[in-house]
Formats: sequence, structure tokens, C-alpha cells
Amino acid sequence: MADIKKYPTPMLDVLEDGPWPSFITGIKNMRDNHPDERINNVTNGLLGQLEHSYETKMGYWKGGTISVFGYGGGIIPRFSEVGDKFPESREFHTLRVQPTPGNYYTTDMMRKLADSWEKWGSGLQTFHGQTGNIMFIGADNASFQHFFDEINDYGWDLGGAGPCVRTAMSCVGAARCEQSCANEHAVHRHLVNNFTDDVHRPALPYKFKFKVSGCPNDCQNAIERADFAVIGTWRDHKKINQDHWKAFVADKGVEYVMDNVISRCHSKSLSLGEDNSLIADESNCVRSMHCMNVVPKAISPGDDKGVTILCGGKRTLKIGDLMGTVLVPFMKLETAEDYEQIVELAEEIIDFWAENGLEHERTGEMIERIGLVNFLEGIGVDPDPNMIAQPRNVSYVRTDGWDEAAEEWFNRKREEKAAS
Amino acid sequence: MSKPEMREPIESGCPDGFQYMHPTMRRNFGMWDYHEDTQPGVMVHIAKNGDKLYTVKAGTQRILDVFTLRDLMDIADEYADGHVRFTIRSNIEFYTDHEDKVQPLVDALKDKGYAVGGTRNSVASISHTQGWLHCDIPGTDASGVVKSMMDELYDEFTNWNMPNRVHITTSCCQINCGGQGDIAINVQHTKPPKIDHSLVGNVCERPSVVARCPVAAIRPAMVDGKPSLEVDEKKCICCGACYPPCPPMQINDHEFTQLAIWIGGNHSNARGKPTFQRLVAAGIPNNPPRWPEATAVVKKILESYKEGARDWERINEWVERIGWPRFFEVTGLPFTKYHIDNWRGARANLNSSTHIRF
Repeated sequence: MADIKKYPTPMLDVLEDGPWPSFITGIKNMRDNHPDERINNVTNGLLGQLEHSYETKMGYWKGGTISVFGYGGGIIPRFSEVGDKFPESREFHTLRVQPTPGNYYTTDMMRKLADSWEKWGSGLQTFHGQTGNIMFIGADNASFQHFFDEINDYGWDLGGAGPCVRTAMSCVGAARCEQSCANEHAVHRHLVNNFTDDVHRPALPYKFKFKVSGCPNDCQNAIERADFAVIGTWRDHKKINQDHWKAFVADKGVEYVMDNVISRCHSKSLSLGEDNSLIADESNCVRSMHCMNVVPKAISPGDDKGVTILCGGKRTLKIGDLMGTVLVPFMKLETAEDYEQIVELAEEIIDFWAENGLEHERTGEMIERIGLVNFLEGIGVDPDPNMIAQPRNVSYVRTDGWDEAAEEWFNRKREEKAAS
Repeated sequence: MSKPEMREPIESGCPDGFQYMHPTMRRNFGMWDYHEDTQPGVMVHIAKNGDKLYTVKAGTQRILDVFTLRDLMDIADEYADGHVRFTIRSNIEFYTDHEDKVQPLVDALKDKGYAVGGTRNSVASISHTQGWLHCDIPGTDASGVVKSMMDELYDEFTNWNMPNRVHITTSCCQINCGGQGDIAINVQHTKPPKIDHSLVGNVCERPSVVARCPVAAIRPAMVDGKPSLEVDEKKCICCGACYPPCPPMQINDHEFTQLAIWIGGNHSNARGKPTFQRLVAAGIPNNPPRWPEATAVVKKILESYKEGARDWERINEWVERIGWPRFFEVTGLPFTKYHIDNWRGARANLNSSTHIRF
């Protein structure tokens, strides 16, 4: 522990009070009690600059361009604009590291990462950033390459930063959730690891995100945030264990069950039988999950599982928030060929967008600009009524290709019938 | 002089998670039957073969130091089975298949100052961004806002008092990395950028800055004989989109950078379709170190929701049922002209019916 001159932090000190764990207490602990003088100093500088931000209500970091040897991205460079006042943390870069799908760790691996990070960096990290990366916050110019080399040797690689394929995210998934309808691990790794080059060498119009949720509860916010959202679903009947269901009704009473389950079904596809059994109109079940969220012991997804794929979700800038749009209502993911199919679809989309997207334009914005039909034709996907909430309502449309389009529809239907 | 030997990266990408999973997870992958919530922060999952796995969830400060991280790992070894994961909201989950370990684990976490909860109908941990601690364009801090609010909402994290789960997010600029939330506390700039014309020509790639503006309010200009950019301040919506590609167009301001609160963003397809959040309050001062004004609005909304919503209704569903006029009535928040949408597609947000509650 170094005997250092500590920057005063009267405003930050206030954030040590209260019951929630305090990040300020944690950083101060590193400043005051870490055996490495370098870490005492860098966290002291960081606290000094953060206090300065609290006093002036302004941020003082600026970006730049750095990366590890062989890559073009994956590191968020941070140089202080007030480095003359707080020189200890003048360079304070973040390394974005890809976690496993679902963010699993053993304590041994965590300690190994902590050992490497305190050897080279500030000793501060986040599990995880909003894109889904482990954020190792606070490496200087001299150390980030060494830290990367060390953890890269035992299995960790950088994620994306800048206009590139970004680190993907998956839910807890089949490892611990009864509602999982997909192997999130396999989907996640097949997709993002097919694009490793596009992760490490930013050369796309803007960011491209994959997110995988194992069921329509969409714990990963995939529809709202991912360019390519993969959501587990099923296409046969959901499974009802009538004994568990009747036990639930007996426990809660008919009124509770009517108010909280039957009447809350989004597509009004549930009713209660005279013997208190659950009656489901399966052809109108939209997989809105509520019944199985309330009674997971009695109701489960069906056996014919697969995924729905939506494209184009993003947040505000530039044109406003966009949800993803259904591209593939159902895709089976069991065989190696099935996985090849989903990877090929992602390749088609990224290639088309790389060719046609404007600078800093997400896929959703491109689709908004060119129209869904042009996008579908560009990536070779046929129109499907599941892609729309309702058909167009304004009559300004040219329909001179109608007969061919109708014929294609009937041909596709005939092929589907023949295949099934 | 020869260059120093550089190590080639191993482009391994996303690592395999199975090597880190609890053995009971590996054994029952895709074979889980159902789960029960035994107490706030604790779940037991039952596999089809009868195996049980207990999960204990704890809130963390997200900006973790290695001391805290090692402390959490020691807890995971002593009281659980040495396997953990982090959730999307930066909670840590501990796993064990021994029921007798659960209560000692919960107690140990509480003793050491961690919050156990965040499951089912609670206020989950606030998902947040980097803020002043590390971002290059932040209008506010994130960790401090979250610490301040979670101190106030601690009992809502550790109990099951809410009609359904509540996800809160924060964002430090209008890019909104924090994402959609049942309640979102986001920076709202209220004045156009202040331009340092002496720097723009050298620092900024001017055509791309012009292209970034959502309302085409930026145009190239010569100012004091130097190539720069100017902003049509009547058109400017103060979003700050020009600031990241052109730092001399400073959007942050100690007074005019404020906070706004949005509600009803719901990512789930449970019951209704996913929804976007809606503006409910603006003009909230960006007031470190505790942001009491923002916290007060959040608490007021939560109180009204807790009192008025039915079981299982998320905030968006509650407002959809009671209507927006009543939302403003019960929360006491003012309804203003700024709530009326004028962005593209705005007509979809107007009431074109006689459906009015009196």
C-alpha cells in the first residue's frame, strides 16, 4: 500500500451510505488497501476525476483509436481531458471481452481473470456491459496488449466495438430454465463465431447485434435491441398436466384462476372446464407465455421446438426506436444442416446490409428506408403473413405483378404441402 | 532496427459455456420440468429426472473491484458449489444442489452487505451504463444514480410487493444504451450544442456529422474564415447525435442537461406484444450525488402502480387498462404539450376514437 496523497471526494463519499452495495466503497478499497502501488494510484486518479465530474456535472473522457496487434477493435480507448489534474488515470481504456453464452463462470476461472487483471489493469471490471461484454475498465497504453495476450492464451477473446458484429447475448437458457425451446449456446456460438473476422475488424455500416432468448419471454430484450433476434418457440400444442393444473385451481380458487390466468390469455384461447380442467384452443395460441409463467408446473412448451427470427431492432439514434420484424416465423434447429441454414441467413443479411446500408445505419433503419419487400427480395426470403401486424391500408400501391405473386404463393403452398 | 516480436491473437471468439456450468445444469440441459420461488431471491428448479438446483440471486454494484469479486467467489465456494453466472441486470447467481446450503448462503450474503432478491414480482436491479466514470459523451453518471435509487428501493428488491416485475434502466445520453424499461431514467438535453468553431474543421469529418442529424439541422459553414458547421437552432431537437462524431459540438451542460422519465417499455412477449417506453416526466434536474428529484418521481410512479395495478400487470399493461389521463391523475405528474408525439408515425399515438374514461 502506497502512502499517497488522496484526492478529496466529498460528493462521492455520500454514495457510501445506504444499504445497496457501494461502488465508491469498492474503488476506495482498491485505493487504500490494494498491495500494488500502481492500483492505489490509478484508482486515486479515477476517484479524483469522478469527483470533478460530480462537481461540474460534466464528463472528461475522450475516445481515440487503439487495438491489440492483429485486431481493429474490441477496446474502448479513454484518454482524460483533465489528465494534468489527475495524471494517474490519464489513460484508462476498457477491454471488451466476450463471455460465454448465458454468462457462466467457475470461481476458479473468475480468480484467474482477477489475477490477470490486477497484474495489468486497474482491478475494476463489470459483468457485463449493455452489449454483453465483460468490461475490464482501466488499462493504460503500456498494459492492454499484455493483459489481452495473457487471457487470450487461456481462452478469452475480445468482443466488438465500432461498426462491426458485436458480442452476442443469450439468456440462462436450457441450462436452467424449463421454458427454453432452443439450445441457446449452440445458436449463439454458431452465429457469432461464424463472424469472428467481422467482430475484430470493424468494416460494416454500423453495429450488428445477435441476441438469443430461449422463449418468447425474451429475457435478453432481443426484439427491441438486436439486429438479429433469435427467440425459442414451439409449433405443436403446449403440454398441460391436468393433475397439476387442477391442484393449482383447488389451491387458488376458481375466481383467482379466472382473473389471473384464463381471462389474461392474450388471444383468449383458454377456458376452464366444468371439472376445472384447462381447455386450450391451440390453433389460436400465440405463445404469449402468461399461463406457463403463472403455472410452470402444469403448463409447458410443446415438443416440436424451434426458433422465430426477427430482424432490425435497435434503440433511439438515428431515426427512433425500432422493434425487430419477423423474418422467419419458425425454423427447426436440430441438425447440422439446420444450423448451417441459420448462419447462411445471417450471412445473407449482413452481406446485403454491408452493400446497401448507409454509414451509421442499422439494419432496422435500412429496412425502414428501403421497405421490407426490397429487403426480403435482397436476401431471398419469401413474404409471409406472419411478418405483418395487418396489410397496408393506403391504396397507393402498384399491383401490376399481382398474378405472378399470387401464383408464387400457391406454388409455395403446394411445395409445403408436398414436403410435409 | 527490427520490430519487436508481436504475438498473434487466437481468434477463439465466444467461449463454450458448458465447461463452467454447474454439473447439475450440464446433466439436465434442456431437461428441466418446472421451478418454484421459495423466498425472494431464491428459486429451485426441478428437472424431469427429479434433480433439483437451487439458485440464489444477489444484487451487486456492477462496477466491481477485484476485492469484491474475490469475496463473492469465496462465498460461492464456501456456501455454494463454485459455479456462478451474471444476469442481464448484473446480478450474480449462485448455484447449489444442496437444499441445506441455501439459507446459510442467503445469510452470508446479507451479512456481507449484498442484497438478496430481484426475482419474481420485485423491482429488479437497475440496468445501467457507464456515465461519468468511463463514457466519452455522458450527460450524467450511471453508477451513482443507480446506487442512490437502489438505496431507496432496497425493500422493493428484497421483497415481492409489486404487481409484477419492474425493470428500471438508466441512460446517460439519448443514444439510450440502457435500453427499454418499465421505468427509464434518461438524459434529456434541452439546448442545442455549443460549437467551438476553431476546432470543428480539424477534428470533425463534416459530411458525416451532417448526415448524423435526425432532423437535418446541421449544415457546413465558414465561421471566422474557418470551415465549420452550424446548427439551425429552431430545427434542433437537442438529441446530441452530432456530439460523438464531433466533440467540438458540446451537447452536455451543467444546467441544461436534465433528466426525463419514461415508462412502459416491456421487452417480453408475455401477454401483450413488446412495447416501447413513453415519456411521462422531463425537466428533472441532473443533481449529483444523490439525484433526489429523479428518485422521487420514480417512487411516486411505483407507489401508484403498486396500489392500482392488478397481479401480473406490468406498468405498460396497468396504464393501458386505466388510461393515460388517469395515470397523470394518480401520479400527480403534469401533462404537457411535450407529451404529444410529433415524430414520424405520430398519428398512431393519437386517440382517434370516443374511448374516453370520465
